[in-house]
Amino acid sequence: MSKTTATPDIIQRRLPITLQVEPRLKGTSPGLSIITSLAAVLVALILGGILIALVGGDPFATYAHIANVAFGSLGGITDTLTKATPLILVGLACALAFRMKLWNIGAEGQFYIGAWAASAVVLIPLLPATASPFLFIPAMMIAGMLGGAAWGFIPGFLKARFKVNEVITTLMLNYIAVAWNNFWIFAVWTEGGFQMSPMFPRTSWLPRLSDLAAQIKDFRGLTLHGGFIIALLAAVVVWFILNRSKWGYEIRLIGDNPKAAEYAGIPIRRNIVLVMMASGALAGLAGMSEISGVVHRLQGAISPGYGFTGIIIAWLAKLNPYAVIIVSILFGALLLAGREIQPSGIPKMIQGIVLVCLIASDFFTRYRVRIARRTEA
Amino acid sequence: MPEDTTPEKVVEMRGITKRFPGVLANDHVDFDLWRSEIHALLGENGAGQSTLMSVLAGLYHPETGSIVVNGKPVSFSSPRDAIQAGIGMIHQHFMLVQSQTVTENILLGLDRPRFRMNLSTYDQEIATLSERFHLKVDPRAKIWQLSVGEQQRVEILKMLYRGAQVLIMDEPTAVLAPLEIEDLFKTLRTMIQDGKSIIFISHKLNEVLEIADRVSVLRAGRTTASGVSTEGVTRSDLARLMVGRNVILSVEKKPVTPGEVVLSVEDVHAESDRGLPAVRGISLNVRGGEIVGLAGVAGNGQRELADVINGLRKCQQGRVRLHGAEISNQPIRKNIQGGMAYIPEDRTHVGTAPSLSITDNVIMKKYQQPPIGHGMSVDAKAAEKFAQQLKETYDIIVPNVKTQARLLSGGNLQRVILAREMSSMPKMMIAVQPTRGLDVGAIEGVHKYLLTEREAGAGVLLISEELEELLALCDRIYVIYEGQIMGEVSDGTIETIGLMMTGTPLEQIRPYGQGAATHV
Repeated sequence: MSKTTATPDIIQRRLPITLQVEPRLKGTSPGLSIITSLAAVLVALILGGILIALVGGDPFATYAHIANVAFGSLGGITDTLTKATPLILVGLACALAFRMKLWNIGAEGQFYIGAWAASAVVLIPLLPATASPFLFIPAMMIAGMLGGAAWGFIPGFLKARFKVNEVITTLMLNYIAVAWNNFWIFAVWTEGGFQMSPMFPRTSWLPRLSDLAAQIKDFRGLTLHGGFIIALLAAVVVWFILNRSKWGYEIRLIGDNPKAAEYAGIPIRRNIVLVMMASGALAGLAGMSEISGVVHRLQGAISPGYGFTGIIIAWLAKLNPYAVIIVSILFGALLLAGREIQPSGIPKMIQGIVLVCLIASDFFTRYRVRIARRTEA
Repeated sequence: MPEDTTPEKVVEMRGITKRFPGVLANDHVDFDLWRSEIHALLGENGAGQSTLMSVLAGLYHPETGSIVVNGKPVSFSSPRDAIQAGIGMIHQHFMLVQSQTVTENILLGLDRPRFRMNLSTYDQEIATLSERFHLKVDPRAKIWQLSVGEQQRVEILKMLYRGAQVLIMDEPTAVLAPLEIEDLFKTLRTMIQDGKSIIFISHKLNEVLEIADRVSVLRAGRTTASGVSTEGVTRSDLARLMVGRNVILSVEKKPVTPGEVVLSVEDVHAESDRGLPAVRGISLNVRGGEIVGLAGVAGNGQRELADVINGLRKCQQGRVRLHGAEISNQPIRKNIQGGMAYIPEDRTHVGTAPSLSITDNVIMKKYQQPPIGHGMSVDAKAAEKFAQQLKETYDIIVPNVKTQARLLSGGNLQRVILAREMSSMPKMMIAVQPTRGLDVGAIEGVHKYLLTEREAGAGVLLISEELEELLALCDRIYVIYEGQIMGEVSDGTIETIGLMMTGTPLEQIRPYGQGAATHV
């Protein structure tokens, strides 16, 4: 066909090729988001490698070391999974609340209260030290979940009843939870003046792989505990709630459009309280699992900010419970291996780079970038 | 004046092609704009008229084609370039900062004032400008204090202040009440007398014939009529050009004997979102097999009344009864189970959940009961099957039922809502502005479905501003003004209803109540 000739100045001024950014109108396929996430991690590792080289390290050796520490041996793998356990539970807690656009920033506090409540079962003591583990563990789980739920109830109720912003209340309650915990370990449950409680009786410990060392030699010294199984089960339960239950449907509808939910007759306030409590219960369970599975006593620094890492994990997993497991394991590996190469510094930076790249890669799942020739296609 | 010689061309677009993924939005489209004319650009939703104008306003860059403005070839890479060439677009969704004043919004993005905000001089300037073009608005008012019509005036002033000679208006009347439309038209006429030119995107045929000098029609990205004078053109001519077939603009209404009273509203009072009295003692009733209209200029309490009937808003005084049983202030879920269906005014913000799938959207009122709800769980398979059925029955055009609702066009989205509401076999349906913003084809569909409900014996309360729609569909029409019923007519004319809509009670128009049904 005959070409119009009226635009010579446009064509001459520009490169023959342009990049066009267009929104993906059809939505995103799950395969694409997995591929972009993997590509983002790869880019992050390359950038991190450059960084390591710049400070005089050998990137390949460093990465090999990280991989080796985290996944290279049975011990490494189980340590990684141990680290991932609280992250999974806390990530699920955040994912559940975020689905309803309830910004629970208080998983850290709910974790502490969960740990405290689970410890109370042992330390008050509600159960004698000689009680069977089959009684002890469920009692501690229930106590931990109730504790976390109670800590979630407060901001949930305040939001539902008085429209108080949950970001502020959950954040502030974190500090109260830590202080509360400190009060008990300093003043009430202190062991000979140290800021920690006495060691729990063995009957209250979650079973570990090393408990089986008598039968299977390779399990000697392995730290992985039953909390990991609890976390995996929790992910299945949360997935089922969100995707296959009436309650989950309500949560998703409220999260996407509260007005439509109200129009459909869904009680929003009740769900705000319930979801905050459920979210708190999951974070509380993480606290219980850490106390009963790893620390075996109540003490000060039981969480290196798990509650806040959970927020990031939930986002990176796109609020998908199963993806929370995978992301948590990766984070667990970074936490573990990071300490191996340097106490702080480079590993933290790599973590940061991975995060930035993953968040930035979201752009490619929502937009399509096309290379177009400027002349007629 | 334009008549003496060939008119001066302000804008000349030749062979514009713009492609979006999977869609050819504009296929070698030509378009001319003359000085001092109002040129209507007509087309169904998605026919490409907005794309074409976005190209002219510098928002999109076309793949091919040329644009000549005032005889000079131009290429815009941003709206800023376009406005510098004197072309400004007023979008359907206003781009204003709610917390700032009119003047501040108009100055936003300009180089002046440089540092010191000497606002009072600018207030004066803008007041003068608004007076000149009959755009009444207080320069010192904050945007959130203004009505939609006033906000639109601010958008127009923004463009005029930037020296726009060509104004592109994207469906400007979609958000306006009938009286505001009159004001807008007055302004537009003043502007063309001033030598400006206007492109008027619309799909309301009446308005196009009323205001435009010439009209161009697009269908599926191609021009089907280019710069035709509106003289002697009829609505059905335009409709045919738009949709490519004859459209029945009048509806076929089968005789139905009205049954018992389904909905009765007795002396209901309710407040608006801002806590002001919005519904002030309204009584009305709807019988089965009857479409009852509620006419009125937007903002006279219709939305609040619809909310009260559905249980979304507190009924402060009075009663709402469904089949004789009182339902005022009872939980919404009970109303839904009692057979109440509601087509809300706001399709995207109230009627649907944009990021959820079609399936999730259609089970909104069904997920509690079998076959979709079982115990605590939702049967995903049954839900999908149900959605699939609705997709076929109601002609929802989507690749599959997992598609997110936000990817649907307005007409399709309305079909999703209609499908959901009608599939519950309602006894009473409240429809608020169900055809607003839809194209001719989709409007026809909505009307058909409302009539189906009527034939099935349900009561329908149709709240609309489109008098012709009300007159064509309704058995009776109530008119609302400032939260009160001005009267009820079953054989009203546009004039009578128009008077009532502006606050004249029926008794004063027809002192003996001839032809009117019993006044409540």
